[in-house]
Amino acid sequence: MNNIRAIALKEMKTYFASPVAYVVSVVFLTITGYFFGTGLAGPFPEATLRGFFLQGSFILVIIAPLLTMRLLAEEAKLGTLELLLTNPVRDWEVVLGKYLASLAIFAAMLALTLYYPLVLFWFGDPDIGPIITGYLGYLLLGASTLAIGLLASSFTSNQIVSAVVAFGILLALWLIQQGGTLIGEPVAGVLQYLSLPFHFTDFVFGVIDTLNVIYYLSLIMLFVFITIRSLEARRWR
Amino acid sequence: MIEVEGLTKYFGDFAAIEDVSFRVNKGEILGFLGPNGAGKTTTMRILTGFTPPSSGTARIAGYDIQMQSLEARRHIGYMPEICPLYTDVTVTDYLSFMGSLRGMDKKRIQKRIGDVIGLCRLEEYRDTLIGKLSKGYRQRVGVAQSVLHEPDVLILDEPTIGIDPRQVAETRSLIKNLAGAHTVFISSHILPEVSQICERVVIINEGRIAAEDRPENLSTRLRGADRIQVDVKGPTQQVAAKLRQVKGVKEVVIALPGERPRYYVDCIPGNDCRADLAKVVVNNGWELQGLQTVGMSLEEIFLRLTSEEEVPA
Repeated sequence: MNNIRAIALKEMKTYFASPVAYVVSVVFLTITGYFFGTGLAGPFPEATLRGFFLQGSFILVIIAPLLTMRLLAEEAKLGTLELLLTNPVRDWEVVLGKYLASLAIFAAMLALTLYYPLVLFWFGDPDIGPIITGYLGYLLLGASTLAIGLLASSFTSNQIVSAVVAFGILLALWLIQQGGTLIGEPVAGVLQYLSLPFHFTDFVFGVIDTLNVIYYLSLIMLFVFITIRSLEARRWR
Repeated sequence: MIEVEGLTKYFGDFAAIEDVSFRVNKGEILGFLGPNGAGKTTTMRILTGFTPPSSGTARIAGYDIQMQSLEARRHIGYMPEICPLYTDVTVTDYLSFMGSLRGMDKKRIQKRIGDVIGLCRLEEYRDTLIGKLSKGYRQRVGVAQSVLHEPDVLILDEPTIGIDPRQVAETRSLIKNLAGAHTVFISSHILPEVSQICERVVIINEGRIAAEDRPENLSTRLRGADRIQVDVKGPTQQVAAKLRQVKGVKEVVIALPGERPRYYVDCIPGNDCRADLAKVVVNNGWELQGLQTVGMSLEEIFLRLTSEEEVPA
């Protein structure tokens, strides 16, 4: 536990030591702010966060790779991985520590968007339920994208490659649903189930379906697990 | 403290090291000498648990590096070649991070950071980002982190590579002072360096152990002798004594004392005494299990090692 905490704290410090965390936050807030605004516009404006949640969450496809590309790739490139892994720490502690650090940064960024609901409450009378479940879903969705990004970072010592691989996987999992509609049942159902944003929709409308929660949690566990294995495999190369 | 037996590591079909065996006793400084690409770093990576060996075993402070990896790693302080460090943290933050990974509590970390910063003379750079330090100072941070948790075993991979001559001298004396409290295993491709620091030297060439001796014997021995490896089942001291009496034999070294001793017999060059050695063993009723000249000429290795000295000793 101590090792995980030490690694997570060190990673979080590193985020803020470079401009990455700040730049990514600014981009995240700008883009999500745009979707928050356009979600409110229209002939029948409603006091909801649907625009921010549904259209805005697409930004995760870009944000998650940027937040995670450094985590393991940089260690491999600098050679610091050797020193890190010859300490009495287990591989899974390293992976988990780094994952939790990226999750904390993402959670902090998401917390910065809480002024959107505040604006709604100031000027209107929004339904609080879907806002809370929406944020919960957003957190799970974001956590899943970060796990995928982390895995990509374990494959390579090049941050750009890491980001591009993560971007590719995420984009595929995001758009897979559309492909399904072209092919038709029963493939469509399977692809829809695999789709990342599909499971988010219920949250936005105020529904916490355990199926969706399990989808995200199992996705996170799967990708974190493969990352641990991928790190172990590095030793054999 | 360090027991290595029959380590072999293949990368694909290429054997980076083959059947490497040696021991390092408690409090000793052992030099691991070999030309570039001889397999020094591979051996060290196996000893620190970073790379698994293809076969063979290594024990650190009694713990098998593969089976009891975490325990073994707790007893190691390691400095890889051109010590890789995080560039975006300060010296103190870095040391404190390493300390917490090694299970030290806050108080002990604070105290030890003070100690090692003093030891490595980093006082002025406590709060400097590592990325802003010169190579020599980074090397000191590397040494500092390796001794931070007061490990029993120190493994230093080419600690003086790539730094300027004055700093080389400082680093050497620093390492020399570390012996006693630590068991030190240090690699180098520079013979004079090893002779200065180490009590005993293992020479590795093309992945195989070529010689093992005290440094003062090395230079004379390396210069002119044909070495023959003899495996005999029999009373160790008597066998050695008899082998020594063979005509043309300069010296007999007993390697790996214990159950399966191995004798290295140095002969005057040009004198093939293999037949005589075999006769002696057989006539005494011992079992001759192996007799062969050791792979390459030590002289050749010696030349390569000495010609690469770039710094005044």
